[in-house]
Amino acid sequence: MIEIKGLTKKFGNKPVVEDVSVTIQPGSITSFIGPNGAGKSTLLSMVSRLLDADTGEVLLDKNDVKQWKSVEFAKRVSILKQANFINVRLTVRELISFGRYPYSKGRLTPEDEQFVEQAMDYMNLTDMQDKFLDELSGGQKQRAFIAMVIAQDTDYVLLDEPLNNLDMKHSVQIMKILRKLVDELGKTVVIVLHDINFASVYSDYIVALKNGKVVKSGPTNEIINSDALREIYDMNIPVQEQNGCRICVYFNSH
Amino acid sequence: MRNSTKLIILAVVAIICILLYGFYDIKGGFDYAFPRRMMRVGAMIVTGFAIAYSTVVFQTITHNRILTPSVMGLDSMYEVVQTLIYFLAGSMSIWVLNQYLNFAVAIGAMVLFALFLYRFLFRADKHPIYLLLLIGMILGTLLGSLVTFLQVLIDPVEYLSLQNRLFASFSNIKVELLYIAIVILLIAFIYGYRIMGQLDVMSLGRENAINLGINYDRLVMNVLILSSVLIATSTALVGPITFFGLIVANLSYQFLVTYKHSIHILGAGLMSVIALVGGQFIVEHVFEMSTTLSVIINFIGGIYFIYLLLKESRAAG
Ligand SMILES: Nc1ncnc2c1ncn2[C@@H]1O[C@H](COP(=O)(O)OP(=O)(O)OP(=O)(O)O)[C@@H](O)[C@H]1O
Ligand SMILES: [Mg+2]
Repeated sequence: MIEIKGLTKKFGNKPVVEDVSVTIQPGSITSFIGPNGAGKSTLLSMVSRLLDADTGEVLLDKNDVKQWKSVEFAKRVSILKQANFINVRLTVRELISFGRYPYSKGRLTPEDEQFVEQAMDYMNLTDMQDKFLDELSGGQKQRAFIAMVIAQDTDYVLLDEPLNNLDMKHSVQIMKILRKLVDELGKTVVIVLHDINFASVYSDYIVALKNGKVVKSGPTNEIINSDALREIYDMNIPVQEQNGCRICVYFNSH
Repeated sequence: MRNSTKLIILAVVAIICILLYGFYDIKGGFDYAFPRRMMRVGAMIVTGFAIAYSTVVFQTITHNRILTPSVMGLDSMYEVVQTLIYFLAGSMSIWVLNQYLNFAVAIGAMVLFALFLYRFLFRADKHPIYLLLLIGMILGTLLGSLVTFLQVLIDPVEYLSLQNRLFASFSNIKVELLYIAIVILLIAFIYGYRIMGQLDVMSLGRENAINLGINYDRLVMNVLILSSVLIATSTALVGPITFFGLIVANLSYQFLVTYKHSIHILGAGLMSVIALVGGQFIVEHVFEMSTTLSVIINFIGGIYFIYLLLKESRAAG
């Protein structure tokens, strides 16, 4: 279980994450939503040890994430950042194979290869596995990075705006795969999303951040309603029910 | 062409250069000249691999392909330490007479300097590369001026002895340090064998590296120490050659397309041997010692450096 307790981070004097406490429910998809600059990425970075918190702590199975051995932690929790630049020329397959590093230390066993194959299959990348990353489109590259964390096969998968650059078809496909990871393999997914309809349709829980603080959190149906959304985004957003899904029609709101 | 084929070609060329340098136009008795030449070849091989190795790993942990330990002023630090030792303790002190002690002090100071540079320049939020470069140049000049200043104050007799020690060069290779240098390089390679995989992961950037279980800060620290020890070794043997690491590392990135550090270190190392031994051969037999290898390397390296800078700025702009 991941527990975030009283987490605060300041850049200069400005608190960008302030006294945030959230418990991530295992075996579910939790979406983090909120306006630009709300502190979502900063929060995720602290959970995944990319950034040190000023105060507060993050516990993975009751132990502070900073106490975990690096390699053991990497077998439990993976993170994909919002933006990824790589200095070296890698093929799609090479990148995805890096996902197995915590287990194989660079020497892939047949089992590792199987994870790589499966991740490529999930992300529709098998055909372009030998292409170099700099020969791919933005969305294809994004899928290669997602495949890397899937190959990492961790209990917890943290994704910071993974739908960036993706077309509708691949966005839906990826959300379905995440659902499958949770429902069939018992994994826990934490995802930052801007499109609240994806959050509404696919997540079990939603945590809404604004100005570094949690303004709303709870099961998805408690958050996806006009009142809660007004509080989060300062917008009037009508919510319509469609085939059992709540859809927010925000395109012409004010 | 596969990388293994390319490496074999490089190795063959390197061996040809070594044979040429060893056997060509031996005058005054084979038994006298040959072992001497081989000692110098040994020093050039050690230097070449030390510089290639330290530059490639330094560029990985600092996530750039232009700055090198030498460009950041690390080998000027070697001269500062030597001058300070002469200035403070004198040429007859144990700090000078015991070569190993002297070497250890130089290495220690360079490691500290490298850690200091990293702490203030690379670790804090990303500075633009030009700023880092400028700071490196300024530091180099500052340290150089400090050396000149201290040398003016030193007793002239001491100064001669200092010059003899400081001005190692390809025509004045400190072969007496060769054995310790070989030991250091071997230890560095044994350690390197354990971290090659981690360095490969490191080239995915800090965040991906941490995600994949690399103990980032500790690895950076260890590699900085490794890299300074290697530069200290090569500077002690043949003196400073500022732009050399930059050339061989970047040629290797271009020639051998892979993310694997083991291959780049081997490739850049072999290119170093070719450039140093082949270059020294040309200096001795074509230019007949009218110029020095360091001058040629820094001339070519400087031009290549400017080319890389222009390429980088075009890519950024
Ligand atoms: N390294 C940094 N130095 C200074 N300020 C920072 C740094 N990183 C983030 N911030 C600031 O912290 C605030 C929160 O940033 P963060 O990236 O967490 O927002 P976010 O919720 O992920 O936004 P977005 O939806 O745009 O990705 C922003 O105001 C940003 O300017
Ligand atoms: Mg963000």
